[in-house]
Amino acid sequence: MSTETVVDTSEPDVQSSIVNDFSIQIATINGSGSQSSNSVLMRAIFQMGVPVSGKNLFPSNIQGLPTWFTIRASKHSYVARKRDIDMLIAMNPQTAREDVQSLNPGAAVVYEQSLGLDNVRDDLIFYPVPFGELAKEVIHEPRLRKLLANMIYVGVVGHLLSIEREEIQHAISKQFKAKATAVELNVKAIDVGFEYAEKNLKKADALYVKRMDETAGKILIDGNAAGALGAMFAGVTVVTWYPITPSSSLVESLIQYMKEHRIDKETGKATFAVVQAEDELAAIGMVLGAAWAGARSLTSTSGPGISLMSEFAGLGYFAEIPAVIWDIQRVGPSTGLPTRTAQGDILSTYLLSHGDTKHILLFPSSAQECFEFGGTSLDLAERFQTPVFVMSDLDLGMNIWMSDPFAYPEQPIDRGKVLDADALEKVSDWGRYKDVDGDGIPYRTLPGTKHARAAYFTRGSGHNAEAEYTERPDDYVKLIDRLQRKFDTARKHVPAPVIDVEDGAEIGIIAYGSTHWAIVESRDQLRNENDLMASYMRLRALPFNDALEAFVDQYERVYVVEQNHDAQVMQLIKLELAHRPELLKKLHSILNYDGHPIDARSVTEKLLARESERPSA
Amino acid sequence: MATTAPPAAPSKKVNRLGLTQVSYKGKPSTLCKGCGHDSISSQLVKAFYEYGVEPYRVAKLSGIGCSSKTPAYWLSQSHGFNTVHGRMPSVATGSVLANRDLVAVGVSGDGDTASIGIGQFVHLLRRNVPIVYIVENNGVYGLTKGQFSATADLGSKLKTGVVNDLPAIDLCGLAVELGATYVARSFAGDPKQVVTLLKGAFAHNGTAFLDIISPCVTFNNHAGSTKSYTWGKENEELIQEVDFVPFFEDIDIEYEEGETAAVELHDGSHIILKKIKRDYDPTDRRTALELLLDSGEKQQFLTGLIYVDTKKPNLIELLNMVDEPLATLPLDRIRPPQSALLEIMEALR
Repeated sequence: MSTETVVDTSEPDVQSSIVNDFSIQIATINGSGSQSSNSVLMRAIFQMGVPVSGKNLFPSNIQGLPTWFTIRASKHSYVARKRDIDMLIAMNPQTAREDVQSLNPGAAVVYEQSLGLDNVRDDLIFYPVPFGELAKEVIHEPRLRKLLANMIYVGVVGHLLSIEREEIQHAISKQFKAKATAVELNVKAIDVGFEYAEKNLKKADALYVKRMDETAGKILIDGNAAGALGAMFAGVTVVTWYPITPSSSLVESLIQYMKEHRIDKETGKATFAVVQAEDELAAIGMVLGAAWAGARSLTSTSGPGISLMSEFAGLGYFAEIPAVIWDIQRVGPSTGLPTRTAQGDILSTYLLSHGDTKHILLFPSSAQECFEFGGTSLDLAERFQTPVFVMSDLDLGMNIWMSDPFAYPEQPIDRGKVLDADALEKVSDWGRYKDVDGDGIPYRTLPGTKHARAAYFTRGSGHNAEAEYTERPDDYVKLIDRLQRKFDTARKHVPAPVIDVEDGAEIGIIAYGSTHWAIVESRDQLRNENDLMASYMRLRALPFNDALEAFVDQYERVYVVEQNHDAQVMQLIKLELAHRPELLKKLHSILNYDGHPIDARSVTEKLLARESERPSA
Repeated sequence: MATTAPPAAPSKKVNRLGLTQVSYKGKPSTLCKGCGHDSISSQLVKAFYEYGVEPYRVAKLSGIGCSSKTPAYWLSQSHGFNTVHGRMPSVATGSVLANRDLVAVGVSGDGDTASIGIGQFVHLLRRNVPIVYIVENNGVYGLTKGQFSATADLGSKLKTGVVNDLPAIDLCGLAVELGATYVARSFAGDPKQVVTLLKGAFAHNGTAFLDIISPCVTFNNHAGSTKSYTWGKENEELIQEVDFVPFFEDIDIEYEEGETAAVELHDGSHIILKKIKRDYDPTDRRTALELLLDSGEKQQFLTGLIYVDTKKPNLIELLNMVDEPLATLPLDRIRPPQSALLEIMEALR
């Protein structure tokens, strides 16, 4: 925000007011119950028809450490992180001064009065509020008082930003559902906040929420819940997991949904099994065992779990067993920053395990796509009889995204090439690893198939087309070559890249996953502020298909934007295009690896900096 | 549609399913001649034949090592899965979750179970996964040429003369302690007992754990070893005499008060226990643990049925799963209706 005009009115001034286009950051202490207030505030804005996104920046801690929640309101429907904060709600004494220092001039600060922040800087707008004192008016119980102090700020901010009080009340009812006492108390807290602000605070910032009609019919959901729903509606039956941030909520959501919707009405029994495994090795082992025996099976984890799954991933690839593994990526290496986001597992997961192993990776970029790929991943795993990794990340998985409601899947599920007893009867010379169709994908039978020729022996050691043990060089070469053929077939079946061509563009942008939303916004910035057109290819899977080469070929310069240090996907692109050395020179990298979700402004600045370095520029 | 095996010729002996013993055979073994594991494989063939399991219903699972190769040597008409080192328990767990009708038989070794795989092993026990879990226990790593394993007894000697200075892990002790519901120890040199305990395990509905001392003729069959044929033959002491009466036969046992006991297993079969020297009640967990502690301290080689609990629910029962295999449920049972999605979406607005 760059306005210096102080607006002394509660009505938006068309000239200098900033309507539905700002970020609010709430700085609190982990475990202080601020999550409910943050959700209420965000939902109230959403209910006013204004596009929102919510990002939780939290520590690896249960109680006591600082946490920040950012709500972005955007009339343009931008949902990437906005780098600059326009209003800070400073509730945490530990970080208040640093938080205030980090603001741009002109930003507004709502703060607990006793923190005395107004002497820290003189270029900000300060709104002191005695939250602690006010909370005493609402309730005497000290623990609840803390929680209510957080709800009081919603009232204060509601007044300052002109958020309709009824929408806040509505959001509270939604948040606390049937708990009438909680609803009553929280509504009271909101009123206290509103009344205090009315009487004591003079509007000096330019930020306003004004009713729009951009959220009708939309939902608010995190990517993990969306992925869980996708899997449930795609008929997942065996789910195993080992808790790890930021992936745990995927399976936890799935358990909730399955208990609700996958219990057989007549018998009261489950059409699924969920097992919390002893570690990630066991989690993927169970998935492989279940899928070998014919279940649609998945597990969900993050980087450290992926590392542990390495050996089994190779077995799945080599013995050709379906498996779906969600990797909700966080910052590595090692334990890294467990509660921060990254796209840093691409290379290690693509080639996970020893030997010539490689895997299908999917890159969902939205809640919608998490839902869709929840099914696509299971279909691909069974079609290709191989592990499929869904590469989400903390930002996509755990943060709140606005989305169109998910469409009911109309397609039947794909169970792949499975021969039952009847089908086997019609085939005289079935061999487990024979490439009958020339696509590299063999036919399999499931244990329990009642047919004399159904059985075969699955092994991670060398095997021939009949699944017999062999160490013969020619058998091994045949097998590895067929696996490559299968992988090449997958190129045409994995979700294709989405390409958005801008007429007259000289440059192209390649990105994937949650980075997408920063690119959408950055392209607008480049076009509107710099008259720079950029075409865009959003990758949705590995292995690549032919579109990659064509895209790079078409543009003078191609920027690959990703959230890791090593330019991991760009390295894979370079390998893929190695036969066209002239294309490799076109590739440039834009990277973000500080643990924060990537933002558009940083992309735009880095891209422009690179553009200006060109000799001709 | 073809059945699991061609109808047997009238002259050949068949089991209750009309299958000959040959229907239960596997490929020729590639293990060393005289290996204890081959003896166990033979008893598996015999037990399956006599008890009468349809081979197509069996899933054979193993880890890595000499023992883990053996599922190729029995029941060729069953699906087999030679997984990765120490991780058979998780794969086996997954397979029974997918298809609860499978008769899962896991074969592992002392390295595979007591060292690299002990984590998965103990959690399989804890879950009481319905499986027959056999450890072919020879006290050494065979495929890597004779290093001690974690079940080698304190003071036992390698061929090279190296003495083991660490105590053995008692897998039966772990099994009783952590939740297995059928725990037995046997000796590959005692085929009659092996086959009886195996049949009891097939009739059991939970984790049936069999620790079978199975001499390695190449690396651990010398003087100074406590896992050799000679040592086993000289030292084996039966806890009780075991007999098995399948559900499809009448029990025709003369009970003598305090001398014979019968335990009814899940499918109506009975395991008959005849007293030899000691009074022993294998349904009492404390008694079982005491026996194991005591015999461990004295380095006694006790074989027989150590523990049995026919009441504890297994993992499948705990999960309250539908009766049919999850693997083959039709789409309309695993994809909730459109109304369910609409309801969920409505709540997220």
